[in-house]
Amino acid sequence: MAKEKVITSKDVHLYYGDFEALKGIDLDFNKNEITALIGPSGCGKSTYLRTLNRMNDLIPGVKITGDIRLRGQDIYASQQDVVQLRKQVGMVFQQPNPFPFSIYDNVVYGLRLAGVKDRSVLDEAVETSLKQAAIWDEVKDKLHDSALSLSGGQQQRVVIGRVLAVQPEVILMDEPTSALDPISSTQIENMLLELRGQYTIILVTHNMHQASRISDRTAFFLQGRLIEFADTKKIFLDPTEQETSDYISGRFG
Amino acid sequence: MSAKSIDKLMTGMLYLIAGVIVLLLAGLLGYILVQGLPHVSWHFLTSPAKSFEAGGGIGIQLFNSFYLLVLSMLISVPLALGAGIYLAEYAKKNWVTDVVRTAIEILSSLPSVVVGLFGFLVFVLQFKFGFSILSGALALTMFNLPLLTRNVEDSLRQVGFTQREAGLALGLSRWETVVHVVIPEALPGILTGMILGAGRVFGEAAALIYTAGQSAPALNFGDWNPLHIASPLNPFRPAETLAVHIWKINSEGIQPDAAAVSAGASAVLIIAVLAFNLLARWGGNRLYKRMTAG
Ligand SMILES: Nc1ncnc2c1ncn2[C@@H]1O[C@H](COP(=O)(O)OP(=O)(O)OP(=O)(O)O)[C@@H](O)[C@H]1O
Ligand SMILES: [Mg+2]
Repeated sequence: MAKEKVITSKDVHLYYGDFEALKGIDLDFNKNEITALIGPSGCGKSTYLRTLNRMNDLIPGVKITGDIRLRGQDIYASQQDVVQLRKQVGMVFQQPNPFPFSIYDNVVYGLRLAGVKDRSVLDEAVETSLKQAAIWDEVKDKLHDSALSLSGGQQQRVVIGRVLAVQPEVILMDEPTSALDPISSTQIENMLLELRGQYTIILVTHNMHQASRISDRTAFFLQGRLIEFADTKKIFLDPTEQETSDYISGRFG
Repeated sequence: MSAKSIDKLMTGMLYLIAGVIVLLLAGLLGYILVQGLPHVSWHFLTSPAKSFEAGGGIGIQLFNSFYLLVLSMLISVPLALGAGIYLAEYAKKNWVTDVVRTAIEILSSLPSVVVGLFGFLVFVLQFKFGFSILSGALALTMFNLPLLTRNVEDSLRQVGFTQREAGLALGLSRWETVVHVVIPEALPGILTGMILGAGRVFGEAAALIYTAGQSAPALNFGDWNPLHIASPLNPFRPAETLAVHIWKINSEGIQPDAAAVSAGASAVLIIAVLAFNLLARWGGNRLYKRMTAG
């Protein structure tokens, strides 16, 4: 049974000036699955991830070729509304980056800007999103405290709640737990497992254990190329490529 | 000498220097206040100045100072915001923006007398605004704008790139990110700069002597139509401010109580400027707490 593909990308090249950071990536993402992107530092994981919501557009001198589609729509087409795209494809960064406002205001930020004013709708969105982000119980009594007063792990979950509140179809995560302690990381991993089945999640990680524990499929990058892409079990137990098995067994990277 | 005793010696020196500075400041403030405050009364603060007899007040000058302040802030704040936002958020790094930045730098270090003379030539003579509140407000804008712009730009730059990324990744447009994420974060800094700027403007004399003028015609505080000549709001009337008044009394005052009036006016001026500074600290901190705690 062929699974529904939410994002497809074909022959993606990306140049930072003269430097070719992505050398022809073909990769697609199944609906409501978690896909892990792994590979040594500098291999282009973040770069690739950021082509999917066009965050690379912000960097001067970047050139991108190839074909990236979100449900069949070319996201680099001239009529594509980038703002709209980023609402459909949310992103969580390595460093928790809550706004210096209250927890509540952080979560409803996107909704307020979209024009939602009804207090009960906002209240409900806050509760739902923070529950999904597995942080509701910890913050429900201090929603109007500053988000900056929380620990790093809590901040990251609030940030994830902020992304969930605008109900994106795809969530990009660039090493979302690498700045956190092991307990916070595990909490976030458990939350992602809960979200699997409702959201399409693309997760960059250096943590092999994390990739193997929570992802459905895994893509291994090396020096701007996609070396291998398969079910996570296959990648970790029986990789086809020598480079993949070298990396996974910690022989380099 | 051992590293430890050098350390002790140096720390002691720093304390000494800091102490001297604090003492100097306290002495200066104390002197002005002790000399001036006995002359300050409600009558002094509200009645018009007298040129030849004793018993004049500073009512009109005080009003003029505030009115000029408000007018010049009304002109310079929006301009500074616009220019600062442009420089911090949109300007590409090229020779044009380098020239703009350098120009701002130079403008901000121009002596205020020069700004005043420029204002005299351009606003008073060329534009025929005469010695007026308007000429004064424009001169003050020239004097204040570069520093305000710098302050806005610096405050915006303090906001981390990750915050902008967060806004953009959340589907805000560039402008929305600036307005709804970056500016609120930078607001305490911007506000502090504006209040400090207001203090600077309030105490400024040299830029005003040849622009707002050195006379304070009688005002009718019952008439608030800005088009009437005796109205306090009329922007085309000459308006001696408190700082200019102090300068004038000291250079050519012939009132028998000139020294007392000057001392009293100085005390009032110092208190006002001090108030602006305290307000800037207090307001900035409070706003920051408010913003960061929702
Ligand atoms: N803004 C940029 N300008 C120029 N080169 C860049 C830029 N960003 C990344 N690169 C280069 O592109 C390559 C891929 O970088 P990228 O950040 O995508 O790697 P990564 O796989 O995410 O690494 P890490 O695991 O360390 O985050 C690297 O060689 C990097 O130096
Ligand atoms: Mg990276």
